[in-house]
This record gives sequence, C-alpha cells and structure tokens, in this order.
Amino acid sequence: MFKKDFPYFSNSDIVYLDNAATTQKPKEVITSQVEYYENYCANTHRSSFGDANKATLNYENARKILQKFINASSKEQIIFTKGVTESINFIASSFAKKFKTVIISSLEHHSNIVPWHMQGRTLGEGLEVVSCNENLDFDFKDFENILKQNPNSFVSVTHISNAFGKIHDIKAIIKLAHKYDCVVMIDGAQSLAHMKVDMQELDVDFFAISAHKTFGPTGVGAIYIKEEYLKEVDVYQTGGATIDQVDFSKSTMLDAPYKFEAGTQNIAGVIGFAKALEYINKVGYDAIMKQEHEVYEYLINQLSKLPNIIFYNNLEDSIGSKSFNFKDIMHDDIGILLDKMKIALRVGHHCAQPIMKQLNIKGTIRVSIAFYNTKEDVDKLIEALKKALDMLS
Amino acid sequence: MNTIEKRVQDIKEDLEFFDDELQKYEYIIDLGKKLPQLEEKYKVPENIVHGCTSQVWLIAQKEDNKLYFKGTSDAVIVKGLVYIILNIFSDSTIEELKEVDMDIVYELGLSEVITPNRQSGVIGMIKKIKEYALTL
Repeated sequence: MFKKDFPYFSNSDIVYLDNAATTQKPKEVITSQVEYYENYCANTHRSSFGDANKATLNYENARKILQKFINASSKEQIIFTKGVTESINFIASSFAKKFKTVIISSLEHHSNIVPWHMQGRTLGEGLEVVSCNENLDFDFKDFENILKQNPNSFVSVTHISNAFGKIHDIKAIIKLAHKYDCVVMIDGAQSLAHMKVDMQELDVDFFAISAHKTFGPTGVGAIYIKEEYLKEVDVYQTGGATIDQVDFSKSTMLDAPYKFEAGTQNIAGVIGFAKALEYINKVGYDAIMKQEHEVYEYLINQLSKLPNIIFYNNLEDSIGSKSFNFKDIMHDDIGILLDKMKIALRVGHHCAQPIMKQLNIKGTIRVSIAFYNTKEDVDKLIEALKKALDMLS
Repeated sequence: MNTIEKRVQDIKEDLEFFDDELQKYEYIIDLGKKLPQLEEKYKVPENIVHGCTSQVWLIAQKEDNKLYFKGTSDAVIVKGLVYIILNIFSDSTIEELKEVDMDIVYELGLSEVITPNRQSGVIGMIKKIKEYALTL
C-alpha cells in the first residue's frame, strides 16, 4: 500500500527487512535533495544572494519542522548533527563529562557504551549499568538502587533497542531519574520511524535523533537539548558559522543552535529530513502504527510456527524489530542463504555485544520492519527461512 | 603451475559447475559437513582467525618442510569455506605458502559467492596460513 511512495521498491526485487539499520526513502525526500543540488546549491548562513537565502531559509525551516514534529518549545533546541552517534558523542564530551557517574542500561548499543569508555569510565568506576531481565525488561528496582547510590548522575538510555526492538518505558525512566536530580539523555535512534515522541510530555533533557532511520537521508541527525541546558553545553567543534566576533586575542560564539553547528552542514540532507517528517505527517502515525503492528503481529505469529526457533523477548513492549535464533544453527549461515534468496535482513551482534554476551549468544537473526512492509514480505521471508533451515539441517 | 595454483583451479571449476547460487551453497554446506572435527583443545584465542564474522580456528602442523592445516568454524557454510582453504593450502611447502597472494580469493570466484564481510574472513584465513608459514 505504501511501497509505491518509495522508488526503491520499484527498482528492486529485494524483500527489505533491515529497517533498523536504515530505512528506504520516499520520493519527495530524494527529489528535495536533487532539487537543492540542481537548482539552488549554495551555502547557508553566510552569503546573502538569492540561492544562498533560499538554502538558509529551507535549512532553518527544517529546524522548525523538526521542532514541531517532536514538540520542542523552541527551534534553538534543535541542533543538527551527523546522526545519533555524533549526537551522543557531542553530549558526552561537551556536557556529560562533568558528571561523576553515567548510568546506562544493559540493552544499549555500542554508540551509547563506547563514548563513556573513551572518557575513562569503566563499570563501577564512573559507569553504572542497569540490568534487564531475561525478557529484556528494564529493571526499575536495580535502577532505583543505582540512583540512590549515585544521585546527580547523567543517565543515558535507549528508547527502543536496535537489536531487539524492545521499548523502554522512557517516561518512567526520566521521571525516576529526575527524582534523584539526574539529567537524562535518550537515544532515540529507532523512535521516530515507529511512534510519536513529545519532548515536553517526556520532560527529557537530551534526545538523540536519526534521519536515515526515519525515512530521511543518511549522514543527518539531531540532538534536542532542553532550554535550561543550552547554555551549559560546551561547543563541540568550532569554525565557520559558529562565531560572533574573532580577533587574534579571542573569539566569541553565537548563541545556540548556531554555535553547535560548525562548518558547512549536510544542507541537502537536512532539507531531505524535513521532507521525511512531512511525509510521516501526511501518512500519519495512526496509519503507520496500525499497518506496522498488523505486519509485526503476523511476523511473530508465522515465525513462531518454525521449528526450534528461540526468541528473546515478548511481542509486548516491542516494536519494529524481532531478533531470534534457531537451535544448533548459526545465525550467520541463515544470513548467507537468505541473502541469496533476496531477503535483506541483518545477522550478527547488531552493534550490541554486551547484551549478546549477557544472553550467552554470539548474535541473532534480526527482522526489522517499517510500515511499508507487508504480509507478503513476511510470507516470502518464512518461505526462505524454511528453505535455509532445510539446507542446513 | 605449482600445486596451490592447480588446487585453486580445481576448486574454481567445481564451483563454476553450478549455475544456481543456492546449489553452489548446498555444495559448500556439504563440504562443511565433511570437514573433520577439530579437537576442543585447539579452540583457543591464539588459533582464532581475525576478520571472520563467524568464529574460525586454524592450526598448522609441520612435517619435513611441509605444513598441514586443520580448522573449523561454528557456522556450517564457513566450515565449507574452511574446507576449501585447507584443501588448497595443506600439504604445501613453506616456500610455496610464503608466496601466496591474497588475490587468490578473487581467483576462486568466491567474491561473487560471499559478501565483502566474509571475504575478509577468507583473507583472514589465508593471512593466518601465511603467518604460520613465516613463523613455524
């Protein structure tokens, strides 16, 4: 029903089920970028001729569109980055380094683990990890114990697990963390493609956003910063477009968001991202969630019928991705054979080695869907899985 | 043509026999199943091949001036690739092994069969074999 909006599906006969890695792009996202390069390619915030003004206008308009999309109170709270990884690294080095302790969850992917290690934090020494149970539920009791021992910490947790599609109850996490005077960053890499997020309702302090996982271009993302922290976050990189006055004795910086966006940005990418958000608005989250849930439920139902399948979490509180294995079969073997049968999905540790170690597995087969996927896609997947299992047994 | 090159040619011809890619894989899986078991005591970190998406262990044994290899993987298809690699390189002289070119992966036509990630695994196996040849 929605595939017609995405040129990839007219040009490829692949069954695309790797949406947690990146999503396909609707026509208007692609067109908007081509338009920028073909018709008004100019730098933003510097020159004042017509095309430069248009580029600046569209770029800043994208900021407003994202602001409204996530219900931030002002456009200054939206800083464009290369993506979630840069957003987390930015806040880690420009703000969170001041905190004695950082608290993460055991379900994090490497982007929300490695930056803390780079700061010299190790488990129990500046880094605390909230455990998840065998169903991958966030352990609130463990969290509160850690918070009691480490008030005034920086909490950084994922909204939706990249590897398992598990949704953390971030509203409750934020509320509890605030009770202990902690500041909270949410890794929203997987969020916007699947559900509405509202910065004011969540009362979150930092929220990392990915464009390419949200039907937008690659190499673009954003970080939402709550108003009260805008002045406390240090500049991450400096250079063109960030400064107010420079002489050889000192430089003064512009206000947010400009002081955080050094150098020439991914202008076409940002404009394309805004188009992706407009596309989501046009389709509507109600329609997206309805279609996606229907396919997701069908997927779980069909997968459950396969022999010797092992799941790691329930359908409840999960969205988009389903990770599994088959008893005595390596995920890698399945991945190779499915690729040859034109099924695109991911096998491996999904950049989340610690949770794989906790589950005592080397990796999983991950099917990750978007709202454009259909039950026919699932049928083709199941057929290919049966054939692969047959070949490997 | 030295022995290694001859064996590469043989394997290449075997693989080219299949038009259908899945049949090619069935053949590789069968090879994997034929691979003799590697004793658990050899599955130690120093015998691990780096660059593989699946775990691969390779060991070398020297007899006269020749090296004999044993290995395994935790994935069946990769086991098949290990079988191919062992078949090509085992029972070769150290001098021959030192001369091995990494382009052998492309000569085998494996680049069409396996993804870049896994090609680096096969290259890893050959590097390990050369490493053994240089140190044993």
